[in-house]
Amino acid sequence: MADSRDMKTVPSPIGESVPRIDALEKVTGEALFTDDLQFGPGLLYGRVVRSPHPHALIKRVDVSKALALPGVRAVVTGEECEEHIGLYLKDRYIFCRDRVRFVGDPVVGVVATTDAIAEEACRLVEVDYEVLEPVVNPLRGMDPDAPLLHPDLGTYGVVDFIDPKPGTNVANHFKVRKGDVESAWKECEVIVEREFQVPHVQHVPIEPHVAVAQFKRVGKITIWSSSQSPFAQRNLIAEALGISQSDIRVIAPYVGGGFGSKAGVSVEGTAVVMARAVPGQPVKVRLTREEEFFCAFVRQGLIAKTKVGAKANGEILAMKTNYYWDAGAYTEYGVNITRASGYSSTGPYRIPNVETDSYCVYTNHPVGGPMRGFGMPEIHWGIEQIMDIVADELGMDKVEFRLKNCLRSGDANVTGMIMHPIGLTECIEKVKQAIDWGIQETPSAAHKLRGKGLAIAWKAPAMPPNAGSSAWLRLNEDATVSLGVGGQELGQGTFTVMAQMAAAALGVPFEWMRISAPVDTKYSPYEWQTVASRLTWSMGNAVVAAAKDARRQILEVAAAHWDEDLEHLDIRDGQVISYRTEEVMPLEKMVVYGLPMPDDQGWRGGPIIGHGNFMPSYVTSLSNETGQGKRAVVHYTTGCQAVDLEVDTQTGQITILRVASAFDVGKAINPDQVRVQMEGGIVQGISTALFESLQYKDGVPHASNFTDYRIATSEDMPGEIISIIVEVPQDDGPWGARGVGEHPMIPTAPAIANAVYDAVGIRIFEMPLTAEKVFLAIQDQGAKS
Amino acid sequence: MSEAMDITVTVNGEVFQKTIEPRLLLSDFIRHELNLSGTHVGCEHGVCGACTILFDGMPVRSCLMFAVQADGHEIRTVEDLGTMENLHPLQEAFQEAHALQCGFCTSGFLMSILPVLEGTTDLSEEDLKRAMEGNLCRCTGYQHIRDAVQLAAEKMSSGSES
Ligand code: FES
Ligand code: FES
Repeated sequence: MADSRDMKTVPSPIGESVPRIDALEKVTGEALFTDDLQFGPGLLYGRVVRSPHPHALIKRVDVSKALALPGVRAVVTGEECEEHIGLYLKDRYIFCRDRVRFVGDPVVGVVATTDAIAEEACRLVEVDYEVLEPVVNPLRGMDPDAPLLHPDLGTYGVVDFIDPKPGTNVANHFKVRKGDVESAWKECEVIVEREFQVPHVQHVPIEPHVAVAQFKRVGKITIWSSSQSPFAQRNLIAEALGISQSDIRVIAPYVGGGFGSKAGVSVEGTAVVMARAVPGQPVKVRLTREEEFFCAFVRQGLIAKTKVGAKANGEILAMKTNYYWDAGAYTEYGVNITRASGYSSTGPYRIPNVETDSYCVYTNHPVGGPMRGFGMPEIHWGIEQIMDIVADELGMDKVEFRLKNCLRSGDANVTGMIMHPIGLTECIEKVKQAIDWGIQETPSAAHKLRGKGLAIAWKAPAMPPNAGSSAWLRLNEDATVSLGVGGQELGQGTFTVMAQMAAAALGVPFEWMRISAPVDTKYSPYEWQTVASRLTWSMGNAVVAAAKDARRQILEVAAAHWDEDLEHLDIRDGQVISYRTEEVMPLEKMVVYGLPMPDDQGWRGGPIIGHGNFMPSYVTSLSNETGQGKRAVVHYTTGCQAVDLEVDTQTGQITILRVASAFDVGKAINPDQVRVQMEGGIVQGISTALFESLQYKDGVPHASNFTDYRIATSEDMPGEIISIIVEVPQDDGPWGARGVGEHPMIPTAPAIANAVYDAVGIRIFEMPLTAEKVFLAIQDQGAKS
Repeated sequence: MSEAMDITVTVNGEVFQKTIEPRLLLSDFIRHELNLSGTHVGCEHGVCGACTILFDGMPVRSCLMFAVQADGHEIRTVEDLGTMENLHPLQEAFQEAHALQCGFCTSGFLMSILPVLEGTTDLSEEDLKRAMEGNLCRCTGYQHIRDAVQLAAEKMSSGSES
């Protein structure tokens, strides 16, 4: 969509790959992250005594020895935590009161003058437990005779679109009943049924979680935290403590990677409770890398049982899916991941008969949280493999099969929502071409086999129907522009993109834009959360509204000053111009001091401050019984990826040679930023597909450092990444934009699995595809020759 | 607690004399005693590389050393690389080639790459590998960091910059 104004005289930065607005600070080491803030000698350190058991009752807590240690200032326990906390389902205490539910559950908090003393004091805390049988698998958790993790489930506060089942371990059950699956099977030529598994993985932001909390003696609280959700944090903590939102101030500096792990409330809760015990003094809680692996959120595990049937002509007729989510001990976001996976359970396919049951099952594993893709990488692991198998059994080309069945604009999707304009088929065609689909490539050695695989994907922002954004925009004396937003810069580039949009909508050069950061709930405008790839679209709309508001105010002052009609005026390149008289006036000064009126009639105007907000107004609910409704989500971003790889049959090692990726982003506000999102997502996807898995034995986690838990290094980079931007505009997106932050990670793993099958003829249903697993499978089944 | 010790260390060309706890990590000394917070700590066990600094010109992980070990030595951190007005070509390259997202790993990468580039700007595959393999980045997928190293090499060899 072109800007109507002349791009030469008014450089509009929309669609331009301007450099990141935060790059200068980040390459010089100036950028401040939470742990960089200095609090002076009054700073205290908090450490947490955590449960060593996956499931146990707390019988006795004795903190007397810890309290007696010189330098210890306070010790807190579950006694101080009376209220439950939770985003969708309030199911946990900040410190456990009577029961622990995973290894790492916070039991006691120790505050001391140094970190070393706090650590030492933790060892002096005595806790007696009565160990209970743990639930270490969601299927076991579904058993009627399984130990109950949350006997009080029925009393927890819950939002209306989540459906917990008191008396069981099911925190949410989401159903789809569409058409008639049972009769449809009879018309199918091919029916395939498989089970897929995805392990827990960790987000592994390179910056560990850290929060500093301070209780003012007058009862107000300040929290400095590495957070994706400063406003949600403020709200949840206010509710848990029974105080006003306006008495909590969350200051959130740059986040050193989040990927979902820094959404909602995690380490901040413990910091707040500890700080309450030492009014006046700030308390810092910083997770060690070891704690990071199992005390921060993890991505939920999944067992997916799927059955797909298609007619001889290749048309998919029916799909039946059961998802058993290994939600862990509590479900900050897991209940909604369960819902999102249910309403997206068909993948981007047109299927008339669908039956889905998605269960969020409590287990004694670490807390499942949101991770890049919010359930979509996990469910596509199965969906995109089973679609390949069906195509094979039909004897159809896998790309043709997808093109025949994938959703197009105007189709009804799994929940009955009519699809908005999407460019999925264009993505498939472009990827097909980029990867030279159908051409057999030569392996680099005799003991290696080469193959190609492809996967498509969709994802909607999963959020409450009324999640909102707001923005303000203030002009300074020299006409530079301060833009206030409440969405957070996690690395995804949102500050840059927001500045581009504001500059374009206001009519000033990009270089004039400043972001009023860090996000501070005391001054920044409200933003629901920095999750769900929603900022470019939602916060972008608020920013554009704020810029237009400021623009209108400026033009009204100029119109009065020149005694002109508004319609002749415009702001271009930081100047007000009149198309009628060709007069030009710089924004400098007038945006603060206003302008004199003709004939000495006084002054007009004043400091310009624009504001705007955005909230989708059209999202409707889904039926509890059928999962059907008019419009369950705001939109879906769709795309396609293909992988060209090589498998070493002697070692099982997979080498990714090429990846082609295309996503329909509506409009790329900053094309280079879109491409780096794609690359980052692809490599994170490769990392989870090939290496990552948190290992437990009876609920006790193994890996707790980077040596045992390997993530992709520069050595694992694919030989080539071809990133393709497709632009089918979103009707309510700024310049047509929709989000793409999470999506590139979604199809990566199944595309790799499909390519491995193409190469060696072996299908592995359990992620990750470690060299060992592939090697053993080759030994067991023999590679195709 | 063992006895505090006096150390003298040159950091970014400036000589510091400090009395410190023997168990203080060099990374914490740099960050919290000298307030040079551009050096980041991501793992504290020597794997992520975020805390990389130059120690007598060699890249080391400051989380694996005690501050007392720096007594009598010379340290360079990211703050010494260039200023906002006068960036080092490697910093410019990171900015221009989109080699960072969250930026938490960036200082560590810069300090690991710098000695390689100072050794040669005619980079072999081996040099590129050595410049990058010891540092973890969870955001970028590494491709653009690699591009930035190559761009910096071009800038430095043409000598037009700096
Ligand atoms: S913090 Fe030193 S290597 Fe990770
Ligand atoms: S840019 Fe975030 S870890 Fe590298």
